[in-house]
Amino acid sequence: MKKILILFAHPAYQKSRVNKVLIKGLQDIEGVTFRDLYQVYPEMDIEVKDEQKLVEEHDIIVFHHPFYWYSSPAILKEWQDLVLTHGWAYGSQGNSLKDKLFLQVMTTGAGQETYCQQGHNKMTIRQLLAPFEQTANLCQMRYLPPMIIPGTYAITKEEVMKHKENYKNLLLGLRDEKINLDDLVNKQYFNEYFK
Amino acid sequence: MEQGGFFFQALVYLAAAVVAVPIAKKLGLGSVLGYLLAGILIGPFLLGFIGEEGQDVMHFAEFGVVMMLFLVGLELQPSMIWKLRRSIFGLGGSQMGITAVIIMGIAVAMGFAWQTGLAIGLTFALSSTAIVLQSLNEKGLMKTEAGQNAFSVLLFQDIAVIPILAILPYLAIEGLVSESSSAAHHATTWVEGWAIWQKTILTIAVITTMVAAGKYLISPMFRLIARTDLRELFTAASLLLVISAAILMTMIGLSPALGTFIAGVVLAQSEFRHELETDIEPFKGLLLGLFFIAVGASIDFELIANQPTTIMGLVVILVIVKFIVLFIIGRIFKVGLDKNMVFSFSLAQGGEFAFVLLSFSTSNSILPTDVANPLVAVVAISMALTPLLMLFNEKLIQPRFGTKEIEKEGDEMQEDKNVIIAGFGRFGSTIGRFLQANGVQATYLDLDPDNVDLLRKLGLKVFYGDASRKDLLHAAGAAEAHLLIVAVDEPEKTKEIIETANKHFPNLEIMTRSQSFLDSYRYIDMGVDKLYLEFFDTSLRMGVDALCHLGHRRHESFRASRTFRKQVMKFMTELSEVHEDKSLLLSEAKKRMQFLEQSMLQEKEDFHKEKDHGWDASQQINEFGEEKLEV
Repeated sequence: MKKILILFAHPAYQKSRVNKVLIKGLQDIEGVTFRDLYQVYPEMDIEVKDEQKLVEEHDIIVFHHPFYWYSSPAILKEWQDLVLTHGWAYGSQGNSLKDKLFLQVMTTGAGQETYCQQGHNKMTIRQLLAPFEQTANLCQMRYLPPMIIPGTYAITKEEVMKHKENYKNLLLGLRDEKINLDDLVNKQYFNEYFK
Repeated sequence: MEQGGFFFQALVYLAAAVVAVPIAKKLGLGSVLGYLLAGILIGPFLLGFIGEEGQDVMHFAEFGVVMMLFLVGLELQPSMIWKLRRSIFGLGGSQMGITAVIIMGIAVAMGFAWQTGLAIGLTFALSSTAIVLQSLNEKGLMKTEAGQNAFSVLLFQDIAVIPILAILPYLAIEGLVSESSSAAHHATTWVEGWAIWQKTILTIAVITTMVAAGKYLISPMFRLIARTDLRELFTAASLLLVISAAILMTMIGLSPALGTFIAGVVLAQSEFRHELETDIEPFKGLLLGLFFIAVGASIDFELIANQPTTIMGLVVILVIVKFIVLFIIGRIFKVGLDKNMVFSFSLAQGGEFAFVLLSFSTSNSILPTDVANPLVAVVAISMALTPLLMLFNEKLIQPRFGTKEIEKEGDEMQEDKNVIIAGFGRFGSTIGRFLQANGVQATYLDLDPDNVDLLRKLGLKVFYGDASRKDLLHAAGAAEAHLLIVAVDEPEKTKEIIETANKHFPNLEIMTRSQSFLDSYRYIDMGVDKLYLEFFDTSLRMGVDALCHLGHRRHESFRASRTFRKQVMKFMTELSEVHEDKSLLLSEAKKRMQFLEQSMLQEKEDFHKEKDHGWDASQQINEFGEEKLEV
């Protein structure tokens, strides 16, 4: 059984509608460690050693967050800056993350159709997430297609529950190695796997 | 049996209570039933320790009911009563009316005159405030919907007693031999012989005066007394207040219970609320216990033995009629089935006012004594049955319902009492205002009457009282609270509060203000882990600003202060283990401070080696590039 570390970041959790539902019950899944970063580090004073130890103990690292200005909330950037150190995460001596899986689970306010050349966001979500993908690559992790929960400004309860179910199946599938990673190679988004 | 005066009496009552109540509680029967059984045990028909004087004791002990209503009033803000108006008049009014009519019908069917029937109906429509409130409180149901409904009905009944006493004399039947008129109640009021409109005006005037006095007179008076720092004087003043309210009401022909209830409501917003509660509570408990014992002792078993079927039949009819009426009204008012069961079972008995009304009726030629006496027995038995009925409901009926009342507990009557702040000076008030700004309404306690007065003028709800006393903490809601914030400025007081809280409310989370490291070690020894050194954060902030003033970078200095704070807090816990030994403490503390300073200096040179490694490019430069820039 693989161990999963979910690093969740939402600076306005009390106002969240979708993420609140999505994360409910995650910490009860066996093999999943759920870590609400803004709750652990209200002053953004990330304890590097603690975080590195946690990462080392897990096989799959998940960044779960809303999409802010085409990137993650600030604390996840801070986390990357401070935790992914040279000599630990990358560099000639940095092999701690080698062969781990990296996954992003992300809510976006606008619908997925706006993320294309003709849409007003001009670029696809995958293009915008390039920095995360390349960070994973540099750290020798395998970047899985991200799971997107799009269009949260106008989402229905049924849609959220459907995503929640997919999310859970995804975690269980990865945990129990029931998902064949080769099936994902040509997928842009994890969502396609469930269709 | 000849009894040796007051002390022997006290011995009998107290011994019976001390023996019977714990046994009853142990058996899960509740204290009310315990007292009643104790009364039956020592009463004239079993052991015979007390005889006819039981009646006098009952009159005296009825004052416990009066005190209980004062306490109930203290718990109720006027706004709360306004919220309950629908259930008070709707539930209460229909319960009184319908029950009285049905019982009257039964009485008439049994061959009584309609006047007699109406008197019995009105008398039996009343329930027992004492038994119901005590039992509901004990089961923690008082603040639930069922408890509120029961309370509303009882409140209406207490008010209804006044017009009933006024109507009864008109129901007198010619030819019925009146007993000696000296037995008549309420013979010594001021309003004897006044017209109704005069009485009404007087009543309104007195109640207005009470409200005004409570607002403008009582608080300053209590503040003066609090300043003397004599606890017993405060207790005396509290008792005086309750007794005055009761007597005043009796004098104008109202029920004393209603009077103290109004006094309680008036004082519900006073800063002395919790202190008053704490002072009156033990008196109320004792007197109420005495009252229940007296009820138990007054059950006339001889009479019951003579006509067992009549009396038991009447008891069954009374309980069933009241239950059905309550249940149907509960349905109409859309009370959930499980709550309706609690509500209906708890109120299906005769009340203590029935004793008063029955003796009033006999002395006013409404009822002959040979009718009234069995009725007294019926009421007493139905009262004794109530705890059993409630137990029956709790154990056998409630388990059949899936949803428990607990889920909806406390939305209306309960104040937000999740946090208690002890000590409301500069320190505590800052915390309190911050919590308030975030929508958390705490209960504040402070020992300085002048400070309480000042803060009240600023619009803060502060109560006067000593938080190191168990009863006061309890009155402030410590049993249900999630958090106790100790913010007093005397280390000794802090220690006492922590001790009390640890001992009596072990589940209460404690946050403690500490004024020095040495105090902190003592608190840590007592098991406190959430410690806040009052000087620490501010002085560190000042340190950061000083560094910045000297040209250090702001973000870096701020982060350094955070590291410093965390380290010192860690050392504090470590040092608390050696604090008994002064010299060891000194050397250990010195060692740690030196280590901290050195490591921080070192870190600063290495650009916070540990923390900010990821922002420091020197390693990457070594591996991937070469140093060409002069820094």
